[in-house]
Amino acid sequence: MRAQSGASRLVMVAGTVAALSVVAACGGGEGSPIGNAAGNDNTTAADGSVVLEFSQWWEPELPKGALRGIMDDFEKANPGVKVKLISAPYASTQQQTVAGAASKTLADIVGLDGAWVSDFAKQKAIADLSTLIKDSGYDDSQLASQIKVGGQTYMIPVVNFVYPMFSNDELLSKAGVNAPPATRTEFLEAAKKVTATGNGAYGWVLPLAQDAPNGIQNDVMSWAWASGGSMLKDGKPDVTNAAVTGVVTFVKQLWDAKAIAPGALTMKEQDKVEQFTNGRVGMMIDSLAHINLIRENNPKLKFSISAIPSEDGYTGKRGMPYASWGIGVSDTSPHKAEAFKLVQYLMSKDVNSKLSSVANAFPGNTKSVPDFVKSDAMFKTAFDIWNKGVPANEFTGLPTAEDLMRSFDVQLQETLANNQPIQTSLANVQADWSSKF
Amino acid sequence: MSAPTSAPPISAPVAPTPAAGRRRPPLAKRLAPYGYLAPVAALMLVLMILPIAVVIRYSVFDNVIISPTSVLVGLKNYVTIFADPLFRTATRNTAVFTGVSVLAHLLLGLGFAMLLNSTLLGRRTKTVFRTIFVMPWLLTVAIIAILWRLLLDPNGVVNYGLQSVGLIDGPVAWLSELNLALPAVTLINIWAGYPFFMVSLLAGLQGISSDLYEAAAVDGASWWRRFVHVTLPSLRPIIISMALLDVIWTSQQFPLIWMTTGGGPLDRTEMLSTYTYKLAFSEYQFAQASAGAVIMLVVALVLAVFYVRQQRARD
Repeated sequence: MRAQSGASRLVMVAGTVAALSVVAACGGGEGSPIGNAAGNDNTTAADGSVVLEFSQWWEPELPKGALRGIMDDFEKANPGVKVKLISAPYASTQQQTVAGAASKTLADIVGLDGAWVSDFAKQKAIADLSTLIKDSGYDDSQLASQIKVGGQTYMIPVVNFVYPMFSNDELLSKAGVNAPPATRTEFLEAAKKVTATGNGAYGWVLPLAQDAPNGIQNDVMSWAWASGGSMLKDGKPDVTNAAVTGVVTFVKQLWDAKAIAPGALTMKEQDKVEQFTNGRVGMMIDSLAHINLIRENNPKLKFSISAIPSEDGYTGKRGMPYASWGIGVSDTSPHKAEAFKLVQYLMSKDVNSKLSSVANAFPGNTKSVPDFVKSDAMFKTAFDIWNKGVPANEFTGLPTAEDLMRSFDVQLQETLANNQPIQTSLANVQADWSSKF
Repeated sequence: MSAPTSAPPISAPVAPTPAAGRRRPPLAKRLAPYGYLAPVAALMLVLMILPIAVVIRYSVFDNVIISPTSVLVGLKNYVTIFADPLFRTATRNTAVFTGVSVLAHLLLGLGFAMLLNSTLLGRRTKTVFRTIFVMPWLLTVAIIAILWRLLLDPNGVVNYGLQSVGLIDGPVAWLSELNLALPAVTLINIWAGYPFFMVSLLAGLQGISSDLYEAAAVDGASWWRRFVHVTLPSLRPIIISMALLDVIWTSQQFPLIWMTTGGGPLDRTEMLSTYTYKLAFSEYQFAQASAGAVIMLVVALVLAVFYVRQQRARD
C-alpha cells in the first residue's frame, strides 16, 4: 500500500513537471523561430566568439559541403566569428522566413528571394543595407545589382540564374529551321513548323501552374523585357501598355496555333524542363542552371542557347530575365556589423566566382568570372548574352510579388482558355495590381 | 454490580494509530488524477487549444503577423471572405469534391469489402485481392500526386492507352482542361481513399452473424433483400461514422490538390484549403486566411459533433 501510494505520488509529480516543461518549452511565442536575432544568449559561442545564423535554401541545392566549405574559409579569415547554417528547401525557407519576420526571430543573415523583399522591408524585419554599406566603407560599385525599396538597399543578389532561350537543334532542323529564332515573328513560325512535324512535338512549352506562378515572370514577361518593355511606370503597375499587350497577343497567337505543349495551365517548371529534355518541344525559356540536368538526363540531346527573341525591328539592349539568390541582414540582429562582413565576403571577387561556379550561376560581383565560362562553350555563350544585355526582373522588390504573378496568371489563362479579350484581362490585372501597391 | 465495560462511543475521537498515520493527505489524493492527466492536458493545450485560440484571435484583427500594430476589426475579415467570389467558388468545388469522393469511397469500399468477404473466392485469391486493393492506402499523398501527374500527363500512360483503343483522338491534358480538372483530382482522391472504407467495412461484415443470413434465406429472402435488410442495417453505424470522418478529412484535403493542380486551371479546382493557403502565403493576408480557417473549423466541428453523437449512440 505504501509502495503504491509512493509510486502514485511520484507519477503525479513527474507528470506535472513534464506537463509544465512542455508548456514552458512550447510557450515561447508564435510561429517557428528560425534564428537567434532576437537577442538571446545563443549568439555567443562558449569560446566567446560571435555565432551568426544564416538561413537559406542554397545549401540543399549546392554540391554537398560546398557552402559549409565557404563558411569555414570565412571563419578562418575572421577569427571570433562563427557561422551556423540553417538550411531548408526553398518553400520551407520562405514559410519560416515569413514566420521569423513576424516574430522578429529571423536569423542574423537571411537568404532572400527578390519577391519577398518589399514585404519584409515594410515589416522592418530586414535591415537597411545602404546604412551598413556606408558605415563599413564598402565599395558597392562592384555589385551587379541591388534590390531597393524606397530608395534604400535591402537585398544584394549574390548569384543570378539567367533565363535564356533553349532550342532543340534536331527538332528545329527537322522542321526546316536552321538557326534559333531572333525575333517574335521568326519564333512563331519556328514553333508552328516544329508542331507540324508531328509525333507529339510542340514548338514551345509554357508552365502556368498557379501553385508556382513564376512562369509569368520567366516565360511570359521575359518577352517584354527582352524588347526593352516594362510592366511598370514610375514604379506603379502599367500592364495595359503596348509592350505587355504585345506579349500577351503573341502568346495567344502561339496558343491558337496549338504550338504550345498541352497541359500548360497546370504545368510547373520541372515539367517544362522534362518536356524539353525528352525532346518533345522545340524551344523553351529556362534557367541556365538546368544545363547540366538536361545533359545528365539526356546526353544525346543536341541543344543550344540564345537570347530571348525580341520584337521585330528592336535594336536596343535586351533585358535578360534572372532569378537570384539574394542576401539580407535581420534588422533585429545584435551582430549586424559581423553579418555584413559575411555579406562582403560572399560578394568578394574570388568567393563570388567560387560560389557562382558551384551553383552554375552568374556572379553578383561584376568582376567575378565563374570557372564554367572558361571550360564550357555553352556557358560562355550565355555569359556573353548576359554581359551584352541588362539584368531584367521587374517583379523583384514588388509587394506580394508571387501574388501579382498569380493574378496575371489567372487572367492570362482566361484569355487563353476562355477567349476573354486581352484588353479585359490586362485591365483586370491592372486593377488588381494597383490595389496591392 | 459493576458496570460492564463497553466500547467507546462511535463519535468519540479515536487515538491516532500507525495505520491512520500512513494515510495520504486528502489534498494530494484529490490532485493525483489531475497529475496523471497533466501531460496529456498540457500537450492538448499547447498543440491544439493555443493554436486554435491564436487563429481565432487573428481572424478578428487586421494585418496580423506582418504588422506589429494590428487592430481589432471584429467580423470584417469574415465579411470580406464571404463577399469574395473565389471563396464561394472554392466552397462549391470543395462540396462537389467531398460529396463525390465520400460517396465513391463508400460504394467502392463496400463493393470490395463484400468481394473480399465472399465465400465464392478462395483464401489465396482473397489474399491477392486484399493486397492489391489496399495498396493505394500505403502510398503517401506526395507519391500519389506524382504518380497520377505522370499517369494523366498528355504523354502519359492513360492517354496512350485510350488512344490505343481509339477512345480519344489526341492527347488530353486531364489536369489542365477546364472541364476535366475537378473530375480528375476527384478521381485521384477516390483512388487514394477507398481502402480505408474497405478495411473498416470488411471488419464490419465479418462481424455479422451468419445466423441472420441463414434465417433470412430460410424465409426466402433474395440476395438483394438480404443485403438491404441484414447487411446494411448491421453496417449502418460503421457507414455513418466512416462517412462523417471522411467528409471531415476530404473537405480539408490540401496536399493532393496543391501538388496536382495548385487550384487551377483558373479556379476550377480551387478548394477552401488552397484558397486559405494562398491568402496566407501568397497575399500575406493572414487575418483573412485565419477567418477562412475558422470557417472550416466550424464546419468540421459541426461534423465532429454529429460523429461523437453517433459514436455515443453506437456505444
